[in-house]
Amino acid sequence: MLVGNASPAKKTGNNTRTSSVLDVRRFICYYRKQENSSVAMRVCQRCVGLLLSGPLSAALQQSTRVLHQRSHLILLRHSTRQPLVHTLSQRHSGETWRHFTDHQAASPDVHNKVDLAQKEVVPLNSDVHPISSQVSLLDGQSIDLDAVVRPSPLQEISEEEAVQIQVPSALPPESSTLRPYVDKSETLSKLVQLGVNLWELEQRPNVGSMLVRLDFRADVAPRLLFLKDLGVEESKLGRLLTKNPFILTESLDNLEARVSYLKSKKFSKQSVAAMVSKAPYLLNFSVERLDNRLGFFQKQLGLSAEKTRDVVTRLPKLLCGSLEPIKENLKVCELEFGFRGNEIQHIVSTVPKVLIANKRKLTQIFDFIHNTMDVPHSLIAKFPQVLNAKFLRIRERHLFLEYLGRAQYQPSQPNYISLDRLVFLPDDVFCSEVALATLEDFERFQKTL
Amino acid sequence: MTTQAIRLFRKMDGLFAVYKPQGVHWKHVRDSIESNLLKALNSCPPPAPQLALQFQLLSSGENNSSKDLVLSPSMLPALADHPLVIGPQFHKVHVGVGHRLDAFSSGVLVLGVGKGNGLLEHLCKSHVTRDYTLEGEFGKATDNFTDTGRVIEKTTYDHVTQDKLERVLAVIQGANQKALITYSQVDLRSQEAYDLAVRGLLYPDGKSPPILTGLRCIHFNPPHFTLEVQCVNETQKYLRKLIHEVGLELRTSAVCSGVRRTRDGPFRVENALTRQHWTADSVIQAIAHFRKTTRKIRKSGMYRQTAGQMNSSTEVQEQTRSQTGQSEQIDQQHFELSSPTSDTVVDRETAVTMSEGRTKH
Repeated sequence: MLVGNASPAKKTGNNTRTSSVLDVRRFICYYRKQENSSVAMRVCQRCVGLLLSGPLSAALQQSTRVLHQRSHLILLRHSTRQPLVHTLSQRHSGETWRHFTDHQAASPDVHNKVDLAQKEVVPLNSDVHPISSQVSLLDGQSIDLDAVVRPSPLQEISEEEAVQIQVPSALPPESSTLRPYVDKSETLSKLVQLGVNLWELEQRPNVGSMLVRLDFRADVAPRLLFLKDLGVEESKLGRLLTKNPFILTESLDNLEARVSYLKSKKFSKQSVAAMVSKAPYLLNFSVERLDNRLGFFQKQLGLSAEKTRDVVTRLPKLLCGSLEPIKENLKVCELEFGFRGNEIQHIVSTVPKVLIANKRKLTQIFDFIHNTMDVPHSLIAKFPQVLNAKFLRIRERHLFLEYLGRAQYQPSQPNYISLDRLVFLPDDVFCSEVALATLEDFERFQKTL
Repeated sequence: MTTQAIRLFRKMDGLFAVYKPQGVHWKHVRDSIESNLLKALNSCPPPAPQLALQFQLLSSGENNSSKDLVLSPSMLPALADHPLVIGPQFHKVHVGVGHRLDAFSSGVLVLGVGKGNGLLEHLCKSHVTRDYTLEGEFGKATDNFTDTGRVIEKTTYDHVTQDKLERVLAVIQGANQKALITYSQVDLRSQEAYDLAVRGLLYPDGKSPPILTGLRCIHFNPPHFTLEVQCVNETQKYLRKLIHEVGLELRTSAVCSGVRRTRDGPFRVENALTRQHWTADSVIQAIAHFRKTTRKIRKSGMYRQTAGQMNSSTEVQEQTRSQTGQSEQIDQQHFELSSPTSDTVVDRETAVTMSEGRTKH
């Protein structure tokens, strides 16, 4: 869905996250085959760092094998489960998660996977470190819980130790919906208040994880302010973000560059805002692509700069999609339908949707209007809106008028019915004014077709 | 606790008929009906969200002029129950299709919603006939028997008169009557078979090729002509091929320019919904209108399952007999102002139950 130079940066960003999870799984298999304990250790640290947010309490730090095996069990469970939809990273805004301010320095290799900008640290990394020497292989060894020495819960501990106890969060480390995270995450709750349809977004692959990982202050707020400065209304922001959540991960420099490019092409501020609201993916495309598209439309259609701007403002989707179907549609209009150049220009500037309409449906409508209804090219070019209408509607109404003997589409003759009145009036108005019959008659006629 | 949405959903149970326009695949009809029903269901107000305890920074009382912000607890609706997070209340409404119609044909298409889907099976297994109006045109033959196909040959048709057409139709009808008897799964040498044949109660049982139980010409205006057929086990392509064969029998060629189903069992075209009425309200109204018919179908389906084969065959033969008799009285006009309602089903069914009673004793 995302095409453009800007997207690969995001995709690799996502990919490293998912690929790191996949690497973990591959390492498990590798570990099984090779039975290399040092590899297992790295796997443990990594998986613990990435997947677990602390359900394993620090109270178990003395029970090395239990910790290790439990993390392995979780790994195994994870590897056999359905692909994770939303994984939590350790990066969250400060007030939602508890974290240590203690000496917990994460091991450097885990940090390579997790962002350096984060404040939180998974405390287990440090726990796992001192026990590295005591790790043993999983294969062929059963968990012997009785052999483990655990502290009694009634035992009195010192203040420092009390502070070190980590209470696991009630949030699930993975979930197939965003529901458990909405109330706790500032980003998600603010997005819901804006009107973003989170349910729709979580159906798309990886979007949910991306949203959960966003930081409101650092990522979302500057872009929302940018859009507001652009002139996009607040009521439309929700719909915009639902259609294109990736605008929140696009870099602000790129966004500003594209807006300044559009303004340099003499699009007014209101038209830029309207274009962004109508085509949410517009600002994700690179300047070269936008430039290429605008140049194509100006050259191919032969319209003046003013008219091209008008067409593009009314249908900004033209700048987003591929050019091949548009070229095909233009060729169809010229060769198959037989419209002249100036007629095509008029049609496109009145109804730009003809450029991205379905070729087969367009041909069906034109064939019916021109061959069955006997409407000449000039008249169709005068009312290009009929090419945008539903075929069944045109057919039923025309046959009804023909049955009544009122199918008169030549302006020079009496009782002339213009094509736009034929197509765009609602049914009751059409029956009473154009066909001069009742709605029941029209329905009865429909059942004879 | 029933919400408005659940009450609306419970009304969507039963069978109704829709008029399928020409050129539309039956799946699109079914999908648009389903999406309209879902739209109506999801536009009902969602259930009230659960309240959750949250701490908010609020000013600590109006008397305090220093505007101290203090964390105070309050019960607020949890965002986890917001409709933008949960999604729509209804994801799927089961809408099923009875006897299908291909894209070229138009006419009555029976749909079932919710619990009515089970009855569609009863309807399909029951021995109801379907009523078609076939438009034909002499003079050409195409590869797919329709007037939009590739023309293979062109012929003259001046020699064709209505009399010759009627004769050809009689021959076809005779052949179909013979097929009716052959496929009725009754031992032809028995007295019982003779009795049934005399009364006209023989009927194809189980698997059979398409059989026309009634055939006549209602309009003849060369090159155009219109036939009316009642048939069982048919496909629309078979009916178009029938037009082609009629043309061959008349030593010319013919194509079919329209196949229109006017009746599917007890569902008639007068009560079928046109495209403007494919909304939830009209569908629920239509389901209510056809409730009696639906009940009869359910009863006859259950009876057929419990009763033996003999009883069921007599019952449906009565049904077809009265149906074929009735269809011959159908008006030739396209617009039928007085619509025979589903009361006729009641008559047929009462006749059936009476005959069942007689056969039992």
